Amino acid sequence: MTYSYIAGTRTYQFADLKTVMAKATPARSGDFLAGVAAETYAERMAARMCLAQVPLKRFLQELLIPYETDEVTRLIIDTHDKEAFAEISHLTVSDFRDWLLSDVADTSTLKRVAKGITPEMAAAVSKLMRNQDLILVAKKCSVITTFRNTIGLPDHISVRLQPNHPTDDARGIAASMLDGLLYGAGDAVIGINPATDSLPALMDLYYLVDDVINQYNIPTQSCILTHVTNQIQLIERGAPVDLVFQSIAGTEKANKSFGIDIALLKEAQSAALSLNRGTVKNEFGESNVMYFETGQGSALSANANFGVDQQTCEARAYAVARHLSPLLTNTVVGFIGPEYLYDGKQIIRAGLEDHFCGKLLGVPLGCDVCYTNHAEADQDDMDTLMTLLATAGLTFIMGIPGADDIMLNYQTTSFHDALYLRKVLGLRAAPEFERWLKAMNIMDAYGQVQPIANIHHMLQNMPKHLLSAA
Amino acid sequence: MIMTKQEKIIKADPWQQLKSFTRARIAIGRVGISLPTSEVLDFGLAHAMARDAVHLALDVEALEADIQQQQFTTIRAKSMAPDRASYLLRPDWGRRLHEQSLMQLQNISQAQPIDFLIVVGDGLSSLAVSRHVAPLLAEIRNFLPNDWHTGPVVIVSQARVAIGDEIGQALNAKMVAMLIGERPGLSSPDSLGIYLTYNPKLGLSDADRNCISNVRPEGLQYATAAKKLIWLAKEAMRIKVTGVALKDESEVQEIA
Repeated sequence: MTYSYIAGTRTYQFADLKTVMAKATPARSGDFLAGVAAETYAERMAARMCLAQVPLKRFLQELLIPYETDEVTRLIIDTHDKEAFAEISHLTVSDFRDWLLSDVADTSTLKRVAKGITPEMAAAVSKLMRNQDLILVAKKCSVITTFRNTIGLPDHISVRLQPNHPTDDARGIAASMLDGLLYGAGDAVIGINPATDSLPALMDLYYLVDDVINQYNIPTQSCILTHVTNQIQLIERGAPVDLVFQSIAGTEKANKSFGIDIALLKEAQSAALSLNRGTVKNEFGESNVMYFETGQGSALSANANFGVDQQTCEARAYAVARHLSPLLTNTVVGFIGPEYLYDGKQIIRAGLEDHFCGKLLGVPLGCDVCYTNHAEADQDDMDTLMTLLATAGLTFIMGIPGADDIMLNYQTTSFHDALYLRKVLGLRAAPEFERWLKAMNIMDAYGQVQPIANIHHMLQNMPKHLLSAA
Repeated sequence: MIMTKQEKIIKADPWQQLKSFTRARIAIGRVGISLPTSEVLDFGLAHAMARDAVHLALDVEALEADIQQQQFTTIRAKSMAPDRASYLLRPDWGRRLHEQSLMQLQNISQAQPIDFLIVVGDGLSSLAVSRHVAPLLAEIRNFLPNDWHTGPVVIVSQARVAIGDEIGQALNAKMVAMLIGERPGLSSPDSLGIYLTYNPKLGLSDADRNCISNVRPEGLQYATAAKKLIWLAKEAMRIKVTGVALKDESEVQEIA
């Protein structure tokens, strides 16, 4: 198949499908850095015109990264559900956009075809979609997962409580945890990014969170975001591990740079499932035990993008995620820096694309709506993105005291932000967690957070790490 | 009267005492479910400081004067990134010397190798460099072995860490210590990082260096950082390598 488009007197030629994809991508710094972006505005539109005419079937024939050398490609092809694909197999990328936006593609239809959609198809169609299209279609997708509560119900949004501390100080972590819980956050997961790599110190962190969850009987789950091999070892040593975390990317080589492959993730999943700590079962009679993080630019930063644009690489990471049935998958959209996503506009676009692609593929996508201080972005951009994503049915956001992560040195979303989204858009916490908030008098019968008195049960019976402060 | 009304509107959090355990923005209260005005403004100021740290150009002249006061000579250099915007977009340009700078350095390079070359780069925080480099050098001076040849302190603008490798190579240095402004956080706009690389040359990776991070009065003290650096440098001189093979045990053992 040749890829070209004639615009006026000029013929635009594209060497192959991955070139068409890259040049059709909305402008972003990472694709310029990789040397794959369109050189002119007209070339970008020509690439989109060309991409629009590509049949979806073509993505099963012309593989962007070779089957022989990349296990993510093999996963995508080997697990492609032909029966699910049959319903859309006659469409071009252009038709696919129209179909997705039409009323034919309702929630149950989208769920039925999800396993027939490859990441490349999702990425391709997203390149022809405007922000409102990405929002509208994502909103129709339903991905529901369970562990100790139910995540992803329509008109709900959950919060990952992220009580990080630069030296993993137990009292510092417990203080942020309590702050978040009293603001109604923490139903997605209580997840700590540790500063340490030491197994005994990590073990202490597992017990710290587990103690709090048990002491207050909170229907939520914990996670310590260290390397998957550490978590497997800690499971063997008897640590109370709820969710297993790992950063993942969309190519085998990029995953190798993270020190992982799909087999290792499978091993970790089995180890976590063997603990049987989840109390709520999903439609397959299991709990979802994995927590993944992703982000556009990770493949390029590992020099492992193979000429594929960063958004398509990102969508491929969701194929890896989908294979492991995660409870949560988090695109950390603005963390990587301005050489990949330069400003608020690029971060907002990337966040919406990631959420759309993830949901279309059937992955429970949340977003770390965030930026670093060397990116051209600020709190206004975060307000815009979180409002758009929550409108699109985002599964969860981060909750950090005052939006300022003092351990990772970046700005994300706060407990206040989550309350704002719930209030403005009428969204709710996971039902089991919401019942707990009400039982604890943190939330009133109408779902509003209540003033906390200093005789409040949680302040009177603080985690043992904080008792010296009382 | 107005104050009293405001206090009623702002719901304070009755767990203020927990603030002593963390610098995280906990117990900041709320108006409705939103941030009180004072919190929004505090946050805005912190972000402004961090933004300025990234974008305000390093005052090289003032820094030179400060460094020369510590009895070091200085020389200026620049990377291939012509300005801040391209510096941010092209990390690869920040890792390479401008042709002119490379020639200048090669011209002053001498046959006798420099034992311990100090390079100062603006990195992502000019604030860190202008505040902490001179006092840190004063401490480094205290710990430096007398028989080490140090050469001039190279001040390089629009710099990433790896540019120290090319500078070290051009000046025939056995070892380079890169002092560079780290990516600023909201509560730490002025963190200075130190990267020590033995046998610096083009093409090394971060695995070939040892890093000392968060040097500033609220973080790692100048004297502690300098002591650690010289401990690592002596050890590197002995085992002829830096990076993953060189473990920081400066607190465990002193090297004579």
